[in-house]
Amino acid sequence: MSELKTLILGRKNVDDPDDTGGMPNDLMTVNMGPSHPAMHGTIRIELTIDGERVVEADINPGYLHRGFEKESEAATYTQVFPYTDRLNYVSPMINNVGWAMAVEKLMGIDELPPRLQYIRVMVSEISRITDHLTCVGASAMELGAFAPFLFLVKVREWLYELLEELSGARLTHSYVRVGGVAKDLSPKFCAKITDILDRMEPVLDEAKGLLNSNKIFYDRMAGVGSFTEDDAIAYGLSGPCLRACGVDYDVRKDFPYLNYGDLEFDVPVGTSGDCLDRYLVRLEEMRQSSLILRQCIAQIPEGPVMVDDPRCVMPEKGETYNTIEGMIRHFKHIVDGIRVEPGEAYTFVEGGNGELGFFIVADGTGRPWKAYCRAPSFSNLQTVTKTISGRLISDIVPIFGMINMIGGECDK
Amino acid sequence: MSKAVLDALKSKFGDAILETSSKNTDESVTVAVDKLIEVCTFLRDDEKMAFDSPVFLTCIDRLGLPVMEHRFELAVQLRSFTKRHRIRVKVPMEEGKLKVPTLSGLWAGFNWLERETYDMYGVEFEGHPDLRRIYLYDEFKGHPLRKDFPKDLRFPLARREWADE
Repeated sequence: MSELKTLILGRKNVDDPDDTGGMPNDLMTVNMGPSHPAMHGTIRIELTIDGERVVEADINPGYLHRGFEKESEAATYTQVFPYTDRLNYVSPMINNVGWAMAVEKLMGIDELPPRLQYIRVMVSEISRITDHLTCVGASAMELGAFAPFLFLVKVREWLYELLEELSGARLTHSYVRVGGVAKDLSPKFCAKITDILDRMEPVLDEAKGLLNSNKIFYDRMAGVGSFTEDDAIAYGLSGPCLRACGVDYDVRKDFPYLNYGDLEFDVPVGTSGDCLDRYLVRLEEMRQSSLILRQCIAQIPEGPVMVDDPRCVMPEKGETYNTIEGMIRHFKHIVDGIRVEPGEAYTFVEGGNGELGFFIVADGTGRPWKAYCRAPSFSNLQTVTKTISGRLISDIVPIFGMINMIGGECDK
Repeated sequence: MSKAVLDALKSKFGDAILETSSKNTDESVTVAVDKLIEVCTFLRDDEKMAFDSPVFLTCIDRLGLPVMEHRFELAVQLRSFTKRHRIRVKVPMEEGKLKVPTLSGLWAGFNWLERETYDMYGVEFEGHPDLRRIYLYDEFKGHPLRKDFPKDLRFPLARREWADE
């Protein structure tokens, strides 16, 4: 054992750090990323290391900075939807819903048709499952467990295919609109999602069995990257990482939006906040999302999928072509955009990684004066600086994987 | 729910609270820059306030709006896990004096958010432990989210000084 310790620490004498046994004792600076598979291609960490141990870590995000906010300021409210798709690109529907709700709050649209609420909840939960599947699968793969990755990505592909059928795009859906969704559910959507959930649950069990009884996976996750409850709160952590620390907080429960208040589901909470808890919380959340989806399928009513509000809804095609009022309204919606009263509002939803919020300042025109995105990945990534200090280089991989930093969202 | 917070702030700080608003179900309070730390410490430490967690921190640039009392305004959103309420603290700033005391000492999570605001708007946070750009590279000139920064401006590829040596 002590030989192994010596090997890991790169020192001859573990108990006396000053005795280097003739080895150089200088600290070394190493760049990890941005083109490093475990950094997902978008993050650079400047590591100061002592042997294998991280003394200091300076995390540099920004390699995927596209100027989301600057671009949004030049686009109409509807044109921002494609940009939001590219924020968290493994759960784009939640971003769509968040942006739509932020604009609706500024416009004072409180009452949404019941069917629309169900559709938004369903697409959000499908997106949450795809997000967690990616996180768990990719992290397992980075720790050497390749089979669960293939199983989970297969399930993700079924869900992507379903969303493609619904919206026309596999990844960048742009399906939600201000005041509604682009179109009603495709035929047999509910039957197909039931079928996928029936097939998904055994795969989740299988992946869970493969990972939980995998000693390498378990040992590299348990006790690594733990975060105390107080630290998590002071750092503004949110989402599965916060719940893994033992804080019972979920926007869907604490500030219910859409019809989450009527649906029954549990919020899984961890105890120690380490990587293993984060993984287990995500696994259970997928199961809960599946429960929510089944409830929605059983309860979804018929009805309109757009609010009846001429301020944000485009006129019917017949009206556009045959009446001058319809034509003008159509023209105004396209060229000027949806007019939003001056004001500011912050709206937040439970995204895949935590509290995803949009803070919009409107100036009364069809374009947002300011469109700030509260990116959960950014606040969550900040904690990595603290959690990897003092740990081994190999611990960075599970810690970084379980934070589930999504470049598009973190770098905006 | 958060109305009580606004009332408590008004009764405690009086004139230092420039404005309060509850529009769009968002409670917000405008405070003078020299009272920011005092108000925020109260918000964090008082038992009835207990704002223990940061949500976001950003800046609003109002250059070009018809009504522009102050060009820049800092917006800080806080939340409380125990009380389940939220508040937005806003601080008007004069152009040319974009200096605000740092909040990273009160809530650790503001460290990166302040770096982002510095990067995008050029707001200097006094006392910040590590005020550097976070998204853009060090050689970048200007602050891109300011309204007078052209959207289509292109920079030549920056070379680091030591690269020429």
